Amino acid sequence: MSTLPFDPLLAAIFAPLAVALAIACGLPKRFSVKLAYVGFGLPLLLALHVWFYYGTAAQTHGYAFLTSYSTGLDSLGIGLKLGLNGISLPLFVLAGIVGFAAGLYAIQSGAERLKIYLMLLLVMQGGLMGVFASVDIFFFYFFHELALIPTFIMVGIWGGRDRNYAAMKLTIYLTLGAMLSLIGLIALYVKSGAHSFDLIELRRVIAAQPLEVTVQHNIFGLLALGFGILVSLWPLHTWAPLGYGAAPSSAAMLHAGVLKKFGLYGLIQIALPLLPAGLIQWSHPLAWLAVVGNVLVIGFVTIAQRDLKQMVGYSSVMHMGYAFLGIAAGSTLGVGGVVLLMVAHGLSVALMFLLTTSVYHRTHTFALDEMGGLAQKAPVLSALFVAATFAGIGLPGFANFWGELTIFVALWKFSPLITILAVAGVVISAVYGLRAAARVFFGPATPEFAKIAAEHPVSDLRWSERLPALILLAALMFIGFWPKSLSTALDATLTPAPAAQVGAVK
Amino acid sequence: MDISVLQTLASRNLWGAITPEILLGGLALVLLVIELLFPKEHGRIVPVAALVGLVTILGGVLFNAPSAYLNQETFNGLLVHTHGGQVMRVFFLLAAIMVCLIARVSLAKQTLPRVEFYHIVLVVTAAMMLLAQSNHLVLFFVALETVTIGLYILVSYYRTSLTLEAGLKYLVMGALSSSLMLFGIVLLYGVAGNPALPAHTAQSMHYGQLAAFLAANPHNFLASIGIVLVLAGVAFKIGAFPFQIWVPDVYQGAPTPVTAFLAVSSKAVGFTALLALAGTVFASYAWLVAPVLTFFAATTLLFGNFAALTQHNVKRLIGLSGVSHAGFLLLGVAAVSHAPMAVGAIYFYLFAYLLASFAVFGVMAHVAGTNDADQELDHYAGLAKDRPFLALVLALGLGSLAGIPPLVGFMGKLFIFIAAFQAGLYGLLAIAVIGVVVSIYYYFGWIKAAFFETWGKSADSPAHPERTPVDFVTGFALSALALAVVVLGFYQGPLGSWLSGR
Repeated sequence: MSTLPFDPLLAAIFAPLAVALAIACGLPKRFSVKLAYVGFGLPLLLALHVWFYYGTAAQTHGYAFLTSYSTGLDSLGIGLKLGLNGISLPLFVLAGIVGFAAGLYAIQSGAERLKIYLMLLLVMQGGLMGVFASVDIFFFYFFHELALIPTFIMVGIWGGRDRNYAAMKLTIYLTLGAMLSLIGLIALYVKSGAHSFDLIELRRVIAAQPLEVTVQHNIFGLLALGFGILVSLWPLHTWAPLGYGAAPSSAAMLHAGVLKKFGLYGLIQIALPLLPAGLIQWSHPLAWLAVVGNVLVIGFVTIAQRDLKQMVGYSSVMHMGYAFLGIAAGSTLGVGGVVLLMVAHGLSVALMFLLTTSVYHRTHTFALDEMGGLAQKAPVLSALFVAATFAGIGLPGFANFWGELTIFVALWKFSPLITILAVAGVVISAVYGLRAAARVFFGPATPEFAKIAAEHPVSDLRWSERLPALILLAALMFIGFWPKSLSTALDATLTPAPAAQVGAVK
Repeated sequence: MDISVLQTLASRNLWGAITPEILLGGLALVLLVIELLFPKEHGRIVPVAALVGLVTILGGVLFNAPSAYLNQETFNGLLVHTHGGQVMRVFFLLAAIMVCLIARVSLAKQTLPRVEFYHIVLVVTAAMMLLAQSNHLVLFFVALETVTIGLYILVSYYRTSLTLEAGLKYLVMGALSSSLMLFGIVLLYGVAGNPALPAHTAQSMHYGQLAAFLAANPHNFLASIGIVLVLAGVAFKIGAFPFQIWVPDVYQGAPTPVTAFLAVSSKAVGFTALLALAGTVFASYAWLVAPVLTFFAATTLLFGNFAALTQHNVKRLIGLSGVSHAGFLLLGVAAVSHAPMAVGAIYFYLFAYLLASFAVFGVMAHVAGTNDADQELDHYAGLAKDRPFLALVLALGLGSLAGIPPLVGFMGKLFIFIAAFQAGLYGLLAIAVIGVVVSIYYYFGWIKAAFFETWGKSADSPAHPERTPVDFVTGFALSALALAVVVLGFYQGPLGSWLSGR
């Protein structure tokens, strides 16, 4: 049992926010950077702490570490209620790890206006911890937006090419997605008759009196559309490669790695248990969109990319397709696979964005045609990049493997045809992943790269860059070799014992 | 008439119930006396006296809440003191304080007499507070005209050609809408006093009596025309489509503090009236009022947001964005009859709108040059570098107007949406979502002008007027607004329950 004298979840949310506030109040740069280590480190430590003690912690209504705080809107059924179950625990840990890595990478990046950059990242980090710790779906949404706003600002100010256009497009797409899902959540609030945003209360009310089937269809459709935009479901994905292409690396790491999982998490945590009939209605359209659009079409688009960062952006859109397939399959196995894949993808895509930026600092271009032969000059970078590529493809030994494998197994029961198409996607991701690695690192150096290398001497990864990369890789392999560290808790939440179900109804 | 009758009537005039309004009127007179007594110093003394007086009265109202006269009718049914009335009293006082603060900054850039401005603001505020508590169509109309006439003067206060044009437009359109409304009131009066009809009444201007009459005659033709005309008159005040055509020109021409006054207080006046009339008095005509309100809400939301997209002058922009906010509030009003929480939601939205709007207007007053009508988006270039404090306040204010969490504007929109969903207004909700997404574009365009453009490039920003430095009091007020915008976004505490009247 956890023995901390304070609520670890609340502390993990407010530590980064407090540091951000301190920086905003005009802390000198030297202290700001030191304090930022605390702001990024504390959530990680607390996340590891709750991960370690989750199995032995006392559970109330299926949640460990459950606490609630009033914010003055109790009469409307809104209150800050924090807790972790088997679905949110892996993502909470993911947010802690990726946040720490992104923070470390940002601190060493030497960005202009570093203080404000760190401040925004810290706000994002606080929001991310909050998203997955919230049991109240109002605060779940609220923390998501809190994390989203800094993304827009960071793309707009520190972004690369087309940053103004990218920031605007990102803002409008994601606002639309967020508004649609908000309406869906309000629909749940009103139609369930619970008049509470508390997920536990909602579950209790809906278990006692399930929603009408048509209502379930409509709300699920609304949520799938809204969350779908946020998770870049084809054909509403166009913001993602553009946004990630322009975003500064730490922002892309946090957004693609963690924040984007908000929509999937919402579908799993809220829509599936509360709107089972909705899933049955929508699972086939959703699965076909995901497999044809995200996996195959975007897969081929990814192969065609000539820009390394765009390629990573598109590949992340493609992998979201697998997650939607797992959700469409609907079984415990499929959904569990999605959660594992979310964690694995979060770690691997963050690692990929980090390494891509490190490559850029050495080649001064993202154009694949102008690179080559970097492995001779930066062996560590190339080894890490190849490892990240393997993880992305889903080779055994990395966490991604377990996610994709379980999704495919669950999907076979749902539709063998879709499964075959989806498995073909693995070949696609092997093609673009390995080709990119080969282009960048192996073969002879192109004349362009030779020229750049002559102007700017190329060095291998510095330790300040290596450390965050190694943390991410270690987490990927840890889960890859020991998936049980996450799946035990996941299993317990996804398959409640009959007795627990009866208890939930009462 | 027997003297004893007059005595009984007079005994129902509980003057204590309107102490704040009387004090405001007294304060306005004191300002004139100060002007006489200190001919040289009054430029400095008057704003301070007005502010101190307003803050004292606000403190008094808050300290005495809930008022001893709560849920009583006074002055023989002219006034009723409801919880909502108390909330709006505080609202108008807060707004007046902010208008005076902005006026201090803005008037300093003009060579004009400064005393009358504060005087008129105080009188108009007192009238607004009375209007929020009116229970009788006569008092309602008189108070509304006091407000409108005061605003006629304020709108053309700077006497430049654009300002005069704005004043004239406001005068003509205002007169038109007043006459529409008056005609509607007369029709209602006449119909409700018709002895041939059931439940006719001699007191047909009294809200309660009128409501009883309307309930007994739910399909009277003349009464329905009267209702539509009254609603049209109110729609002018709130700038609802199709009565919004005056908004951009008048907002641009009017002095910045007056624009703020129009945008916040005058709009809120319209909504208090609408809540009282559409929500309760006309409740039995829901078959008529509901479609009219739905039409207003839908068209206002669409028009306000799409028209604001193309604006480059920030005063026009904020004017049209204000039209879209009227649309969101109308969505709430349309939901009132089916969702009781809508009333609290509207009050919350109004307060959120007040905080964010005055934060934005406060920044605008500092950025504006001597030509008050000429405030372009380009003038904001490099604000983040020059005046980080103002830029931050601006960003928070605009973010809240756009309804982005964790700012208070988001909570306002959330409550309105919940109420609208409870009332089953799905079509309007869809339009509102489109409105929110479109509004993001122009609010972020403004924020972008202040932040993004120059942070990437070096300092070759276009020419902009001299920016006024922020003095202590204004800085304090702006910080308080910004803080409230942030904190109320996630912690409403007692305010949440106070506004929703629970």
